[in-house]
Amino acid sequence: MNTTLVLILRRIGIAALTLLLVSLVVFTISSLLPGDAAAEALGQSATAETLAALRAQLGLDQPAHVRYVKWLAGLVAGDPGQSFTNDLPVRELVAHRLPKSLLLAGLTAAVAVPLALTIGILSAMYRGSPLDRALNVGTLSMVAVPEFLVATIAVLIFAVKLRWLPSLTLVPENATLAQLLKVYALPVMTLSFVIVAQMARMTRAAIIDQLNQPYIEMAILKGVGPARAVMTHALPNAVGPIVNAAALSLSHLLGGAIIVETIFNYPGLASLMVDAVTSRDMPVLQACAMIFCSAYLLMVLIADVCAILANPRLRA
Amino acid sequence: MNMATDLAPTPTRPSRLRGLTKRWRTLPLAGRVGLSLVIFWILAAVFGRMVAPYEVGAIVSDDVFQGFSAAHPLGSDYLGRDVLSRVLSGARYTVGLALAGAMLASTTGTTLALFAAASGRWVDEAMSRLMDAMISLPSKVLALVMVAAFGSSIPLLLIIATVTYVPGAYRIARSLAVSLNQMDYVQAARARGEGRFYLAWSEILPNMIHPMLADFGLRFVFVVLMLSGLSFLGLGVQPPNADLGSLVRENTSGLGDGAPAVLMPALAIATLTIGVNLFIDGLPRRGRRSDGEA
Repeated sequence: MNTTLVLILRRIGIAALTLLLVSLVVFTISSLLPGDAAAEALGQSATAETLAALRAQLGLDQPAHVRYVKWLAGLVAGDPGQSFTNDLPVRELVAHRLPKSLLLAGLTAAVAVPLALTIGILSAMYRGSPLDRALNVGTLSMVAVPEFLVATIAVLIFAVKLRWLPSLTLVPENATLAQLLKVYALPVMTLSFVIVAQMARMTRAAIIDQLNQPYIEMAILKGVGPARAVMTHALPNAVGPIVNAAALSLSHLLGGAIIVETIFNYPGLASLMVDAVTSRDMPVLQACAMIFCSAYLLMVLIADVCAILANPRLRA
Repeated sequence: MNMATDLAPTPTRPSRLRGLTKRWRTLPLAGRVGLSLVIFWILAAVFGRMVAPYEVGAIVSDDVFQGFSAAHPLGSDYLGRDVLSRVLSGARYTVGLALAGAMLASTTGTTLALFAAASGRWVDEAMSRLMDAMISLPSKVLALVMVAAFGSSIPLLLIIATVTYVPGAYRIARSLAVSLNQMDYVQAARARGEGRFYLAWSEILPNMIHPMLADFGLRFVFVVLMLSGLSFLGLGVQPPNADLGSLVRENTSGLGDGAPAVLMPALAIATLTIGVNLFIDGLPRRGRRSDGEA
């Protein structure tokens, strides 16, 4: 048990260190701006005095390393500064958007994980059969499809032709469950598409890895069918790699969310970030980037810890 | 199966030709479909502008968001321009940029990995840690931050593609180099007194070319998806130039009418990326890795 704990603590330490490094990279790139924010905000009407005053107000007159430490301290304390474009604190903007993104991600995970596991287990069970080959070509193609094509086709079918679902995700106040499901159907479908394909392929690979072990050969030799060999013999041993695969695939959620939130006009964190890029609102951009990177690192950390916990050699 | 000899115009000596047809025959059906799609899009990128029926920017139809017709096989776009001509021209940007980006990422990654393998433990350790840190930056977030800081331009898009996908290529190349380093023939060369960089260049590199070409194909798909995603957000290739992702973006208002102008460029990207994936999956299994990692 002790070695496990040490290994896990080391993983957490590495993740924290990486996050610090990431913050340095994000800050460095985003403060290398050719024209600074003060000049941008004042535009044509800038005089030397107003420019200097605004720079002092935004804290841009301090050297970069001082700004970095201040920014990092603010971030840790939960106050990532003031938005450039509208005078709201970044914290308020984020607090408004973050729950919506989490809801979208949660719903997608709830749909994608069971579906992916079913596909992965089925194709491992019937390895080499026409079903497996068809699923292989299917998932291989799904991995390579851009999210906006999935979204486009889904909107064409379900919103334009059949008129079942709305093409924009506007969540009404006090929505009933049925309304919510209807509104979220298209974005969740689009987001699940790529993630299901990835997760199913990794699940299949993890189970087949087990199927090549001698103990499965033994089980088959004593007369166990393919379904039982997979479900009761291979699956328990593949749980670690499968959870690992699920966590890794879910970490790709946010990349997809950036496209999906834009298409469906969904007021989540990713669309806030895209808006911040267009308007060069650096404090908002930096905060969003750090939240996304932390979420990503957290998923990878969970994947790593599951891999450690699932290793029977480390179980005391 | 070697991608370079298949796709580059090869001298048509009879033996060469027989080799190619034999390789074609060993490909499974899905792999053949994939290779055909890839060849089609490469031809479209190279010769598309010559065979395009109209000028790229010319407004040639009075009707916007037209459907399929003889004059405009893929319809017209939001300004009444010919969609077929614009897709052919967009393919040149998408294929060209992604080829250049993936090439930069793969060669940089392989070179760094060979350098790490040749330079002994400390350089190797330091470089691997750095790459691990870089791989934990989600690619789209890094791309957005860089676009916000520098403004989008074609050189910047290439830099983004390279920075994002070097760590993955490095990881694969390094693990290949490390295992090849233990092979008997490398040990033999070392024993006869060859230098480290001779070993890396003449003994290790030639034997990792094939798996690295397969990896290059996957990286190409990642770059296509990332760049067209950026263009779709309006943060990639800037007007008046347009890659396939920009074409989807500028025509999204036609989605409600079910116009081909929005569907066709998106389908073009999908057939290109699916083609590469199917082709690589059809290659002989030796030295291939599983997917799912950037």
